[in-house]
Amino acid sequence: MTNHFPALLIVVPLMAAPICLFLRKQWLVRIWAVLVAWTCLYFAWTMLNQIVGGIDTPIRYAMGGWQMPLGIELSIDAANAFIVLIITGIASVVFPFGIGCKGLAGPEGKEHLFYAALLLCMCGLMGIAVTGDVFNVFVFLEITSLSSYALISMGRKRQALMAAYSYLIMGTIGGTFILVGIGFLYAATGSLNMADIAVILPKVIADPKGVTTAVVAFGFLGVGVGIKLAIFPLYQWLPNAYTYAPSKVSAFLSATATKVSYYVLLRLIFTLFGVGFVFKTLGVQKVLLPMSIVAMFLGSLAAIYQTNVKRLLAYSSVAQIGYMTLGLCLLQFDGNTIVNHDGLTGGIAHLFNHAIMKCGLFLIVGCVIYRMGSTTISDMKGFAFRMPCTFAAFVVAGLSIIGVPGTVGFISKWYLVLGALAGGHYLVAALILLSSLLAVVYIWKIVEVGYFQKPEEPIKKCEAPLSMLVPVWILMVAAIYFGFATELTGGVAETAAKALLGSHLPGAVQ
Amino acid sequence: MMIGATEIPTEYGLWHYWVVTVLMMIGLYIVIARDNLVKRVMGLNIFQASVIMFYVAMGKVAHGTAPIWSIKDGHYQNISSEFSNPVPHVLMLTAIVVGIATTALALALVIRIKEEYGTVEEDEISEMDGPIS
Repeated sequence: MTNHFPALLIVVPLMAAPICLFLRKQWLVRIWAVLVAWTCLYFAWTMLNQIVGGIDTPIRYAMGGWQMPLGIELSIDAANAFIVLIITGIASVVFPFGIGCKGLAGPEGKEHLFYAALLLCMCGLMGIAVTGDVFNVFVFLEITSLSSYALISMGRKRQALMAAYSYLIMGTIGGTFILVGIGFLYAATGSLNMADIAVILPKVIADPKGVTTAVVAFGFLGVGVGIKLAIFPLYQWLPNAYTYAPSKVSAFLSATATKVSYYVLLRLIFTLFGVGFVFKTLGVQKVLLPMSIVAMFLGSLAAIYQTNVKRLLAYSSVAQIGYMTLGLCLLQFDGNTIVNHDGLTGGIAHLFNHAIMKCGLFLIVGCVIYRMGSTTISDMKGFAFRMPCTFAAFVVAGLSIIGVPGTVGFISKWYLVLGALAGGHYLVAALILLSSLLAVVYIWKIVEVGYFQKPEEPIKKCEAPLSMLVPVWILMVAAIYFGFATELTGGVAETAAKALLGSHLPGAVQ
Repeated sequence: MMIGATEIPTEYGLWHYWVVTVLMMIGLYIVIARDNLVKRVMGLNIFQASVIMFYVAMGKVAHGTAPIWSIKDGHYQNISSEFSNPVPHVLMLTAIVVGIATTALALALVIRIKEEYGTVEEDEISEMDGPIS
């Protein structure tokens, strides 16, 4: 049974989604979706323990018994297992959020459709994370994207429709770019299996004729993934999509969709093309480093000027993605060997930490909308006294976004700064700290309105329902717990970084 | 399975790749330049179709036939000694399905937008709601 877990991670949500359509009772659909998420979490947890604890080699699963390179292979090492754990963990917390409340999951009476789309989205994310086949990545990426367009369009305001449409156009262009890139990759290597490509591609790159194909393939794949990941100049779809989507969807997508895209980028660089080609031959870090820094500052500055709290969080996401891509650029080479991977560890740890914090923040906003009915910051006067538990959670998440010691946000920034200092990038280290100060400003903006500004009418306490508070506080306790116990975030992120760096063959670093 | 220029008869050169490139740019231009939401979906379709043609062109081997085996005297036998590579063609079946799903979803969204705003012109919609980038 255990050896079928990689396939079950995809199959269970995929099969569960159409069943939602038959379970027309709303409470039944909700419980069903939660059960599916928890089952997948169990699979993911078992797999991560197998890889990190027991066996040290990646789990490889031949779909339908067809061995690679002919068949489709699922292959899971520490990096995938970590990503799968994040997706299932977030799903397990987001799906039960507000399970007893109305109006959180799309239009009234259409909850079965909402949960079907949500489960399909989860299935696609799992597929991207566990597959070892590049074309499969494209297919699952499109499953994720198509279901997320539908989910975003279910927002309450009519702007949600335009946001979903713009995301659809941008997302499809990104997806098609990835498809072109896979085409070039196939033309160069004649294979679609990642492990197989990793063996063949260095020979192609060594050939002066073949190297052009490889460069073009990387260009298309990089831009395509960049759109899905919302790297600095390609992020325009993100603020609207996260602002107008239902809070539950914003929370789920912000914590998983961009993270999985980051994982695809890591796979591209470390498994497929090899660090030597990407960083030494192409010099990608020279472009990515300034883009990441601009994203950190532009995202935070834009967040400061927002009046809508969801849009503020969305721009903050743009900034946080900047930290993650920055981690990639901080790898230190000494000749052909990598001497320092603290930056990469920081990037992967930030992936986990940002998932917890941003998911929590969007869920908190979900509570605020449920009780106070508005996302405008100026309407949140007296928030701290009306909903003290929710406000306390907001403060914890806010501190974590800033990177205060004792919260998860500190761990990843610590690794990033270590990576920057080890590489002699003192300016970059200073900029990381400076951009964290900008986060103080936009978090303080909400705290100031919520705590210090009194509304005209008398304050009536209206705490969010328990079914909302429990998921929020689970995330907040996690944010504090992992801020002290660093073995899961720091430790597993480091194992994942090592797995990625070890996955390219000797000689690939040139 | 390397697809190089040597397999293509010289009289065609890289002509088919130029067709793909031109179609791709036309599609992208329509997506960027048009304000009409339906026309942008059409541009997106042209863009996706160009990629499908790119894959089909890539899998074609000069003088190759479809990789089909026929039964003769109770044994499987090749019709021809040279086959086109079927893998890119098969991949495109999936890509076509993805394209149809995307188009269907996009058009469904356009219908909902038309219901809510009464127009499918992006500039008019932005006037009603303020800019949506």
